[in-house]
Amino acid sequence: MTGYFVQAFIYLIAAVIAVPLAKKFGLGSVLGYLIAGVIIGPVTGLVGKETVTIQHFAEFGVVMMLFLVGLELEPKMLWQMRHRLLGLGGLQVALTTGLITIIAMVFGQPWQTALAIGLIFSLSSTAIVLQTFNEKGLSKTQGGQNAFSVLLMQDIAVIPMLAFIPMLALPEIADAAASLKEASEHHQELSLVSGLPSWAYALAILASIVGVIVTGHYLSRPLFHYVASSHLREIFVATALMLVVGIAALMSLVGLSPALGTFLAGVVLANSEFKHELESNIEPFKGLLLGLFFITVGAGINFSIFADNLVVILGLTLLVMLSKAAILWLLAMIFKINNSDRWLFALSLAQAGEFGFVLLSFTMAQHVIAPDVAAILQLVVALSMFLTPVLFIAFDKIILPRYRDAINQMEFDDIDDCGTVIIAGAGRFGQIVNRLLVANGIKTVMLDHEATQIENMRRIEIKSYFGDATRPDLLHTAGIDDALMFVVAIDNIDNSVALTHHIKKSHPKLTVLSRSFDKGHSYALRQAGADFTINETYHSALELGAEVMRKAGLHPFFVEHKKTLFAQVEQDASDDLYQKWSNSEEEQYGSDYQKLFIRLEQAIKSAMGRDRLDKHSASERGWTPPPKGYDKKL
Amino acid sequence: MSQSKILVLFAHPSLHRSEANAPIFQQACEFDFVTAVDLYAEYPRLNIDIDREQQRLLAHDIVIFQFPIYWYSTPAILKEWQDLVLEYGFAYGQDGNQLKGKTFLCAVTAGGSVEAYRQGGHNNFTVRELFRPLEQTAIMTGMHYLPPLTLFGSRTATDENRLPLHLQHWTTTLDMLHEGQIDIQRADSFITLNDYLTDKTMGIEKYHSKEVGPDNLEQEDNR
Ligand SMILES: Cc1cc2nc3c(=O)[nH]c(=O)nc-3n(C[C@H](O)[C@H](O)[C@H](O)COP(=O)(O)O)c2cc1C
Repeated sequence: MTGYFVQAFIYLIAAVIAVPLAKKFGLGSVLGYLIAGVIIGPVTGLVGKETVTIQHFAEFGVVMMLFLVGLELEPKMLWQMRHRLLGLGGLQVALTTGLITIIAMVFGQPWQTALAIGLIFSLSSTAIVLQTFNEKGLSKTQGGQNAFSVLLMQDIAVIPMLAFIPMLALPEIADAAASLKEASEHHQELSLVSGLPSWAYALAILASIVGVIVTGHYLSRPLFHYVASSHLREIFVATALMLVVGIAALMSLVGLSPALGTFLAGVVLANSEFKHELESNIEPFKGLLLGLFFITVGAGINFSIFADNLVVILGLTLLVMLSKAAILWLLAMIFKINNSDRWLFALSLAQAGEFGFVLLSFTMAQHVIAPDVAAILQLVVALSMFLTPVLFIAFDKIILPRYRDAINQMEFDDIDDCGTVIIAGAGRFGQIVNRLLVANGIKTVMLDHEATQIENMRRIEIKSYFGDATRPDLLHTAGIDDALMFVVAIDNIDNSVALTHHIKKSHPKLTVLSRSFDKGHSYALRQAGADFTINETYHSALELGAEVMRKAGLHPFFVEHKKTLFAQVEQDASDDLYQKWSNSEEEQYGSDYQKLFIRLEQAIKSAMGRDRLDKHSASERGWTPPPKGYDKKL
Repeated sequence: MSQSKILVLFAHPSLHRSEANAPIFQQACEFDFVTAVDLYAEYPRLNIDIDREQQRLLAHDIVIFQFPIYWYSTPAILKEWQDLVLEYGFAYGQDGNQLKGKTFLCAVTAGGSVEAYRQGGHNNFTVRELFRPLEQTAIMTGMHYLPPLTLFGSRTATDENRLPLHLQHWTTTLDMLHEGQIDIQRADSFITLNDYLTDKTMGIEKYHSKEVGPDNLEQEDNR
């Protein structure tokens, strides 16, 4: 037990120190983990052989990552992107695979191995590239968007690759491995299908895939509803984990890739109201496990191999990056990605990626690539990733300045991408806001923490998601970073103030509009930073009051005018009072509603009174006729 | 001579469909000596703030109404604006001389063609005649009245590529007003300000060939 604690501590402290540092120097978190691994592994020797075992466990992070990739991929969106995905992405994967395969064969690898190497190096680093795009604000550029399509296509391509690679297995390598392994471990993987004839095997596979889709589509909903209504956060987390682990287990049992299964489940759940909640629950596990995975890769790097093959590794890295960039450049030309965007597209994707590590360990396990070759290739992958930040810096410093004008122009073109409005709270208030916006073609994401509420909304085909909007991680997955505006319409006073405060703090530029229950609440919201607050009953009460005046025989247009005037005076007085309220320390949280209200009424009275003393009293201003007999004097 | 400040009061109730007025207004916004106000944006409920509007008038030397012609007149908000802002004691009547000496212009777009806006045409009257109420309002409040700067056939102006020329006239008008180079008395004899601007001896050409100043302009009158 003590041993485990010590080890866990070593891994954690390495990550805690290295990752923030790496981010600070613009290297990104993936490189941070790798560096941490290098330090605790080959450099200091704090961890040793057990990294291999941990790595197998950490690979589960990849499975989770694919689940999340699936969740992000609504079938509709995939369909819209099909040209860029298949055309640009597909060609990138195919051409790069081809070129690298040929290069590998030139270096004397058998074609099977060469093809596996080609596949591995056709992939780029989603983690590094997307994160860097976000950090540098390049996501919305033409180059950034196209790069995203390619990365997405690559992520999807990993799944057939995982299925395909075992077929490339070479008997020589397998034999060599077998003789090595024989003595040590000799465990049989648990399997449901080992003894079955091939038709039954095919049936089992089909059944489990259909099972995943059906379960995802029909059974997960009631399950999540049931769990969500218990209002126990950790049970929801447990359910989410159970789902992912369960599918992975099922897939392994029938001999399929767990990544494939969870990816499928993700796509099936992409339209579900629990999407954002699932994302925010799985995300931290994925992050940690992937981090752990990268650490073990770093720890597994063999410095003596690096030193012995320094020239080869450097040469190969440059060769790989040049080949990839050349093909990307060519594709950018064909697909009319121009100017600085073409550079961005070609440079940003020139590295190999984290899936390269996964596939490398997978190919080794499947006896497709010999361990000594794999060890060198692993270093090539890592080195190309290390070089990526350098390329981005080159893009920033050398290429961008040359195209400055072209970029300015392009930014004006992006009008249709106006972002979404997040509405927290799908109650009586949030619903109306949502309906108005959706009816006018403004994209919204509506969140509520009551599963039944969401179910009711979905029943009348209003898109909304289950989730507690007061949790930062959920806001993140709901897309707060790209949101246009944020509407706070949750029904708990304290939480609405806290939420407003939190959003304004984490996203100062985001406009926040909050619903208030009364004056005190609206002041608290304003103080918390809300850009706009409105009392939920005020305007309907005014309307009703106006109706009374009309029914009492007053002229409707006169009533309308008085109503507007009242609202105006009230608004001004209320602003006044807010200043006093927020300046006087002691009253701030002794803001009992009565005291505030009395002061407000006084303020309104005095405002009205002041106007009556004017020559034109405010209430009588407008369409004032000239004095009688005025025309004699003109 | 001091340079004039210009107030453009713009009224268009469905701006998202506008082909003519939107670019015209856009262009006015570019000048730093022009205050361009989108009235429908500022008062979506037609609840015009009388004080604010009167302050605006006081702060400018030239007042321009910019609008599409709706039923031979202005869109509703400009009428409301007149009814509320031009108060007794401010714009007319006893002590009501706050607008005295300012210049007033309408910059309009008309769906009908120039041939339609004349006697015998199907609108029977010229724009100058139709806007008599505005002209008299200007006179009553002591302002100098300029004939309307008009884009005829506004619905097809973009398609027929006539808008650029009109925008050029608009820019020239604003520049000349700012510099005090429009001869108000002479302009009065034209039906539209466009006619004044394009008249060989009066407008654009003289303005743009800078060697001729406004003083020379008067001597070269050949009408
Ligand atoms: C309610 C209404 C009334 C109109 N009345 C007239 C009119 O009396 N005379 C005329 O020439 N055009 C008339 N039009 C046409 C507008 O003047 C024309 O649509 C406008 O000048 C186009 O400018 P825009 O592209 O900026 O909207 C009218 C249009 C509307 C909508």
